Amino acid sequence: MQKKRISYAKFGYIFSLPFIITFCVFTLYPIIYTIIIGFTDFKGLGATNFHFLDDPLRNYKAILSAPTFRLALSNTFRIWIWNFIPQILLALILAALFTSVRHKIKGQGFFKVVFYMPNIITAATVAILFGSLFGYPMGPMNDLLQSLGITKAPVFFLQSKTIARGVVAFIQFWMWYGYTMIVLVSGILGISPEIYEAADIDGATEIQKFFYITIPNLRTILIYTLVTSLIGGLQMFDIPQLLVAKSGPDNATLTTSCFIYNQAFSGSYMYNRASAASMIMFLIIAVLSAFVFFLMQDKQEVKERRQIKKVRKEQAKQIKEGGK
Amino acid sequence: MAEAKTVKKNRRSSSSFVKFLIYFLCIALTILSIMPFLIMVVNSTRSTTQIQAHAISLIPSKYLLKNLAILTGKSFNPLRGFLNSLLISLGATACTIYFSTLTAFALVAYDWKLRQPFFTFIMAIMMIPAQLVSIGFYQFMYKIHLTNNFLPLILPAIAAPTCVFFMRQFMIPSLHVDILNSARIDGSGEFHTFNVIVLPIMKPALATQAIFSFVSSWNNLFLPMILLTKQEKYTMPIMVSLLKGDIYKTEYGSIYLGLTLTVLPLFIVYFLLSKYIIAGVALGGVKG
Repeated sequence: MQKKRISYAKFGYIFSLPFIITFCVFTLYPIIYTIIIGFTDFKGLGATNFHFLDDPLRNYKAILSAPTFRLALSNTFRIWIWNFIPQILLALILAALFTSVRHKIKGQGFFKVVFYMPNIITAATVAILFGSLFGYPMGPMNDLLQSLGITKAPVFFLQSKTIARGVVAFIQFWMWYGYTMIVLVSGILGISPEIYEAADIDGATEIQKFFYITIPNLRTILIYTLVTSLIGGLQMFDIPQLLVAKSGPDNATLTTSCFIYNQAFSGSYMYNRASAASMIMFLIIAVLSAFVFFLMQDKQEVKERRQIKKVRKEQAKQIKEGGK
Repeated sequence: MAEAKTVKKNRRSSSSFVKFLIYFLCIALTILSIMPFLIMVVNSTRSTTQIQAHAISLIPSKYLLKNLAILTGKSFNPLRGFLNSLLISLGATACTIYFSTLTAFALVAYDWKLRQPFFTFIMAIMMIPAQLVSIGFYQFMYKIHLTNNFLPLILPAIAAPTCVFFMRQFMIPSLHVDILNSARIDGSGEFHTFNVIVLPIMKPALATQAIFSFVSSWNNLFLPMILLTKQEKYTMPIMVSLLKGDIYKTEYGSIYLGLTLTVLPLFIVYFLLSKYIIAGVALGGVKG
């Protein structure tokens, strides 16, 4: 029996091989290549050879001191926060309502399907659609506002920095709150109903149950949502790139991904600078993700785990002693 | 007694008011989800002058074919884009679901030394941002003359960490060692067992992951835009980005029609399979 199991172990390696080879060729090698390019003078369309710089950090220094990169970084964070806070709040509220025993919302299946729908539509299409909706002088939004008598003359929405950024944030919010809601609903359904029953017996209100049971029990899923949204949000590209031409007024919707794209694939094709910028972005994402995990780590749980270990040790000791 | 009754009554009326607010919110959000697409579809049947007079209308007009003529008269070729996107997405989806299941099988069915480290590694590479790969990837493809080729958009799909993760979660409770052992007794090779016994067991998971993989490949803009520079190779999202250009500047009806054509296949897929999609999203979240 024992012998047989050992002989099958090799299939674990064999069946993982396609994944590993593909990863090495199409992900690992390109990453190493990107990192190397970041330390060289590699630029220009169709260029094939490059040299290492005397000052290896020159590209990094150039990127970090470039005002456009700093602007892109602050735009990216601003747009992400403007989208994430309303998104998580609305998703939490909807998830709490949809799982509420007291209200029993009808048509949940339908609402879920409709709320999630924008998420599967091509982001490029959504960006251009919203660009047209907020068009000037005669877009649907202007038509609506004028018909309702809110504005008299057409407004050039996307010419305003705040509105342009706001629209990008709104689109992100609009595309993702349905997804977040469904994830949270299934998280809440996973919480043991006994906890809620006990709270009912103690006479807890809906709001108390939400804050003292639902939120603490959703902790892991909330961290997951936060981290995935952060990683996705910091890579935002399609929508800011296509909503307004040339990244909007004064680069208002220029995100770091758009910055990297513009550096590498337009103008003077500065692959080296773009590589340095993407490395900086990677470090920011890694540090922030680690920080979120650390911050949200359940101290209680860590304590409990330690205690369990302690008890087990003692039990083992006792058993040993009993054996004697 | 009477007091208790009024309290109860008050509670009930306030509860129905809350219920009204909830439905109001849900219906408002439904309108918010549907309205942009409705305007898009209706406007794709209207002429530019009609749109300029009133950009919002819920009544379709009869300029659909005229808009189509203008749209395809310029560089926009929706059929070409559709076929290219279909080819890439189908290829990538097939690679993703087949090889992810195979990798998950390796992780679940066999006891090998590096099993746990490999799983941790898969979890870690889920975090790698696409930007970090893209420049090196482009240079690499340029060097081996694979730009304007669909292979660099299909083959990398073999290594899809999120899909492996999902397949593993699904496989652990549904695959029993007994099945494998009895297949071995019958003389079935391990690879044959995987294809004939394991894949059919995984059907529901394969379907869910196929949808997600297809949609994300279909919607991808960044990599295709970098790699595909020849017009006959353009995918749907690249075609869409052309609508932004100067050539369609004043042809509002045609722009809306172009947008409609790109989302039409997605709408059809979504409304046919929405049940599975929503279930898949819920499952992915809990497991993550």
